[in-house]
Amino acid sequence: MAQYDGVFNALGLREWCDADKVDGPMTMAQLLAKAQGTNPDEASGPLPFPSLDALHEACGRIPQTRDMTAGLERFFLDIKDNLKLVLDPITQPLSWMLDGALWLFTSIPWFVLIPMLIALTWFVSRSRPVTIFVALSFVFLGAIDHLEVAIQTLAIIFVCTGLCVLFGVPIGIAMSKNDRLQKGGIPVLDLLQTLPTFVYLIPLIFLFSVTESKLYGIAIILYAIVPVIRLTDLGIRLVDKDVIEAADAFGMTSRQKLFKVEIPLALPNIMAGVNQTIMMSLAMVVIASLVSAPGLGVLVLRGIRNLEIGVGLIAGLGIVLLAVMLDRASKAALARVDVSRSSR
Amino acid sequence: MTNVNEPQIRIRGLYKIFGASPERVLPDVQKGMSKADVLSDLRHVVGLRDINIDMYAGKTTVIMGLSGSGKSTLIRHLNRLIEPTTGEILIDGQDVMKMGQAELRELRQTRMSMVFQKFALLPHRSVIDNAAMPLEVRGVDETERLNEARKWLARVGLEGFEASYPHELSGGMQQRVGIARALTSNSDIMLMDEAFSALDPLIRTDMQNLLLELQEELHKTIIFITHDLDEALKLADHLVILKDGEIVQQGEPQHILMHPEDPYIIDFISDINRARVLRARTVMKAGADGIPVAGDVDADDTLEHVIARSEGRTDQAFRVMRDGETVGVLTMTDVVRALVPADPSQERQAVAV
Ligand SMILES: Nc1ncnc2c1ncn2[C@@H]1O[C@H](COP(=O)(O)OP(=O)(O)OP(=O)(O)O)[C@@H](O)[C@H]1O
Ligand SMILES: [Mg+2]
Repeated sequence: MAQYDGVFNALGLREWCDADKVDGPMTMAQLLAKAQGTNPDEASGPLPFPSLDALHEACGRIPQTRDMTAGLERFFLDIKDNLKLVLDPITQPLSWMLDGALWLFTSIPWFVLIPMLIALTWFVSRSRPVTIFVALSFVFLGAIDHLEVAIQTLAIIFVCTGLCVLFGVPIGIAMSKNDRLQKGGIPVLDLLQTLPTFVYLIPLIFLFSVTESKLYGIAIILYAIVPVIRLTDLGIRLVDKDVIEAADAFGMTSRQKLFKVEIPLALPNIMAGVNQTIMMSLAMVVIASLVSAPGLGVLVLRGIRNLEIGVGLIAGLGIVLLAVMLDRASKAALARVDVSRSSR
Repeated sequence: MTNVNEPQIRIRGLYKIFGASPERVLPDVQKGMSKADVLSDLRHVVGLRDINIDMYAGKTTVIMGLSGSGKSTLIRHLNRLIEPTTGEILIDGQDVMKMGQAELRELRQTRMSMVFQKFALLPHRSVIDNAAMPLEVRGVDETERLNEARKWLARVGLEGFEASYPHELSGGMQQRVGIARALTSNSDIMLMDEAFSALDPLIRTDMQNLLLELQEELHKTIIFITHDLDEALKLADHLVILKDGEIVQQGEPQHILMHPEDPYIIDFISDINRARVLRARTVMKAGADGIPVAGDVDADDTLEHVIARSEGRTDQAFRVMRDGETVGVLTMTDVVRALVPADPSQERQAVAV
């Protein structure tokens, strides 16, 4: 029969293998072989890699690879309902926030919204060149009729980055205080950061309906929260030990130490994390247009789907503009805290 | 204030061993196993071994030793930034080791302050906010704590720099902020860990003088750490010499200079300027016999001063006065003799016997 028969016979597992032998549905390989008129059960050709499928041929008890993927799918389907029961209410506010922000940003008239955003840029960056650049970019986006979609993208980024900071900073602080938590947390962060962006969407599509905004909200947050957590953790661990000792020597409580010493001194690092988080949410929000996130990504997607090269490229340019605007503004804010707090 | 004759701080049988399980190693260390053996055989570091010191209120106790001798470890035990392996630390009769979290915090906030070698100021805060920090921690309201901080900043010579940031100041000025911060806390014990070691020599002398001046007026209980003998002799009322975590000698600095008990100390003191640190009272003969004297000197005058007075003539003698009373006679022959330590090799043998 199959090439690995001998192995199972030698191990004395033949009986165990053939115990309740049922012929499952045929694999693709078997089907192909049948179509070509050769007998798949015949041991022939070079020795195949002892994969699950190859071993299954020799021993019916060994599961096939497709059983594994099917099992995973079944597992997801099985837990789906229970998981949904828990996750749905918890994540519902995210949908409201995203929808609310989108509604708000798109319903404020442009002649109010744009000056507000420019003022915000000035407020965080205190940098004239950056503010002028942002103003010009908005004028340009408006001129080519991309203002509304750009604003949608911006609204999503604001909500998601805000939540990333809200959750990421406390998680980072907790990790900096607890070595065990840090040890356990870092692999998770690594996983979140290395997982291809599309893969995020797969389990989420299972759980939530594609029409819900929280679907892409969660994807963006999971992807973009990593740098804030990492850099908060790092920033607090890097705070000068001598200064911490001084805080202890003068009898600060841990709370006073955290708010009066550690967070202020870690702020440049935390801000660097926020900058990266903003850039990563922008990257993800484009991909999230696959699952109905509105904004510039939709146009890029249309460019790809319908081969409307011009539409895609112009939308791409808009994304680049947004990216540069966000990056410059947050970097200017970072430079500001860095200068006023530098000990060097 | 406690009774002046009672030490304000008492350290009794203090041991500190660094490593995985200090308790297991402690009996061996107590039996006298050497630091090197403990390190090579048991993989633990002996930080401190059987430390006993009395520190008196209003006095400056200087702890001196080379790098790695355990000075920082010792001073950090006083406010329990480091936990001892065993031993007792009594402050105003109260055992620091038995204090709970709240009590310990109270001790650090109100009864002890600390000045650091690398200043350890908060870089994101202005000078005045730094100086006011100890009161802020205690919850004193803003105007009151800023007034107090302003007062002490002026006292250390930093008037006009209140709004500056630490990184805009020179090292010497930063350490003045450090001292002002310690003074603002208004605690009567001040711990100073190599407070002046990071400063260049001239600034350093300035700061030593500032400290002496402040001490004249404030009478704090100062624990001062240094690896510099000249600094130690200048500041100390009581000098403790540490080596490899053990006290090799402690006592009045002048006494240690004249009667070193250990080759290590003899080496240490062999190249200082004795004329500048030895005082008339240390070298004089008590009682006034009939020697004709060329004039009066104060008991606390240095030999350098006496030599200048004598204009180099070795046949003279001076009457030594304290508070207007004669306490002894100082002949220039004794002065010259005191300038040369007995031959170190001989002295070493004498100690060894
Ligand atoms: N956390 C620690 N773990 C292990 N060994 C330590 C630790 N802290 C200090 N030691 C050891 O204890 C000894 C005394 O160190 P300490 O810092 O008190 O020396 P020091 O006299 O202050 O030296 P320096 O003049 O360099 O500041 C050294 O041998 C040091 O290696
Ligand atoms: Mg030290």
